[in-house]
Amino acid sequence: MKTILSAGLLGLSVAFAGTAVAEPVKIGMITTLSGGGAGLGIDARDGFMLAIEQAGNDEIEVVIEDDARKPELAVQIADKMVQSDKVDLMTGIIWSNLAMAVVPSVTAQDIIYLSVNAGPSALAGAGCSPNYFNVAYQNDNFHEAMGKAANEEFKKTFIMAPNYPAGQDSLTGFKRFYEGDLAGEVYTKLGQTDYAAEIAQIRASGADSVFIFLPGGMGIAFTKQYAQSGVDLPLLGPAFSFSQDVLPAIGDAALGVKNTASWAPDLDNEANKAFVAAFQEAYDRLPSVYAAQAYDTANLILSAAGKASVEDKEAFRAALKEADFESVRGNFRFNTNNHPIQDFYVREVVKVDGTLTNSIVGTAFTDHEDAYASECNM
Amino acid sequence: MSLALFIEQLLNGLQFGVMLFLMAAGLTLIFGVMGLINLAHGSLFMVGAFACASVAAATGSFWLGLAASLAAAAAAGAVIEILVIRRLYDRDHLDQVLATFALILIFSEGTRWVFGSFPLYLDIPALLSGAVHLPGGAQYPVYRLAVIGVGILVAVGLYLLIGRTRLGMRIRAGESDREMIGALGVDIRTLYTLVFALGAALAGLAGAMVGALQSVQVGMGEPVLILAFVVIVIGGIGSIKGALVGSILVGVTDTLGRFLLPAAFGLVMEPSAAAGVGAALASMLIYVVMALILAVRPQGLFSAHA
Repeated sequence: MKTILSAGLLGLSVAFAGTAVAEPVKIGMITTLSGGGAGLGIDARDGFMLAIEQAGNDEIEVVIEDDARKPELAVQIADKMVQSDKVDLMTGIIWSNLAMAVVPSVTAQDIIYLSVNAGPSALAGAGCSPNYFNVAYQNDNFHEAMGKAANEEFKKTFIMAPNYPAGQDSLTGFKRFYEGDLAGEVYTKLGQTDYAAEIAQIRASGADSVFIFLPGGMGIAFTKQYAQSGVDLPLLGPAFSFSQDVLPAIGDAALGVKNTASWAPDLDNEANKAFVAAFQEAYDRLPSVYAAQAYDTANLILSAAGKASVEDKEAFRAALKEADFESVRGNFRFNTNNHPIQDFYVREVVKVDGTLTNSIVGTAFTDHEDAYASECNM
Repeated sequence: MSLALFIEQLLNGLQFGVMLFLMAAGLTLIFGVMGLINLAHGSLFMVGAFACASVAAATGSFWLGLAASLAAAAAAGAVIEILVIRRLYDRDHLDQVLATFALILIFSEGTRWVFGSFPLYLDIPALLSGAVHLPGGAQYPVYRLAVIGVGILVAVGLYLLIGRTRLGMRIRAGESDREMIGALGVDIRTLYTLVFALGAALAGLAGAMVGALQSVQVGMGEPVLILAFVVIVIGGIGSIKGALVGSILVGVTDTLGRFLLPAAFGLVMEPSAAAGVGAALASMLIYVVMALILAVRPQGLFSAHA
């Protein structure tokens, strides 16, 4: 009798500890865990798994694989996850060229894909799908925010991005809201590590500021070389160029740089305070915007899984679309094309207790939606 | 386009070329003397950068880090030569490629295991930071000038070592007939270990110097390795002189291409399309140059075995 009672109590406490889930859910996560872009994928994985572990639910299984930033590898892994792992949902891709290779074929097989980072314009407009939810942003957004913020101070900006889908979206986004002139527009190779030639062009261009979209190692290399070059124009960028994953490696060369994002470690809301503290506790470092987006993605999945069975795709999609979770970004809802409507902030790189981090200094957009939603028919 | 900009870009090309030379010199020596294709050369570049970054972080001195990078890369080179490479000299090139590719994976995962996946911090020493004014009004970072200087010193040093010393004589003899110098009583095994460690130390030096400019992270060696192979194919396999000429040709072509092609397309197209097309063409330019050179001289510009 005593054993039965304690077993019952144990069962009750387990049921209350975890979020209730209607059916077991198997999630396939493809992300970049090795090579030049590994820092981004590791942050995304850690943020995602933090939310899953906090939920404490055994019914949710996550399969994680490394794409090494190679599109062909990502496609192979996706096939394997759909065909032999039989995943219900997929997520995790950081880079837009990989997302373009994987997402359309996965969503066509009626698997729901939730993006933690990449948001290529082609998938936000005419190529949108009811099975594709972008929990991060549409690629143009961070850059649009910087374009708008730059209007206050600058008249002639030199802009630069790598030559791949997100790079083109980046400069398009910046130009959509920037009203000044461009001193130059340069596309570099994805993964390029030496920027001497570009810095020479910046020096000769007569610009009053420089906007760079260079995520991961590219941003580290550029910012260090720029600091040594004797060019002292203000640097601007989306958060990707000056995110928490690269700041320690850039060092003080990044101090004072303005960048834009939908999130910062000091964004003032309860969910975010809890997230930043838990992330530091679990991994002993500050989270980046990639970790924050992935954490939100996992919580969105958990919220939908509590409402609907993943077997019933129609109901599960409807539950996802409600976005009924506490986002670390505060305001969050989905637009008609399943991309977020959210706020964007201007951040500045500061040093707090000897650690470089980003602090919010202004708001660029409130309830901002992407430019492609009207082209999406679904 | 001003003269100052052109001079700055030429220096950038030269600096890039000199950095490539440090990689290519070791690669071509090893290939020329031992007939070995060493894909793991990029890993030795990475070892140098990580050694420099971690020693500099621990001691606060870039210079100790630089010394550590030479020592660590040379030691790593000697160890893999004795443990792995030595078994490969008599095998065909496919076996060598497979074994040294395995070494890349071992080095990458081993480094990730020890240092983690996030890039390390390594900054330029205070002595070489900042920029100087050049004649013509251009400004140029002191550190990049120093890299050019080190590259030239290494080129001269290698020229003297190979042309004027007993060791160099043996290396040259080993290139032309390895069985004969073995028969003459030269300890060929030690010679090979020495040449391999020398090549590795040069790669480590390049890694440390470049690490201070770029980001020190796992996998940083592979893009450079590909370019170093392009260089030795253009320059002629086994030739130090070829490696020098090839490096500078590749460095200058790549830098000027990245800067002049988009500008050229800008004359006939709207800027944003020109930037895209120019960047795409610039990234294939060195391979076009390689194809043209190989069409005219299939053995490369200065082949040691021509």
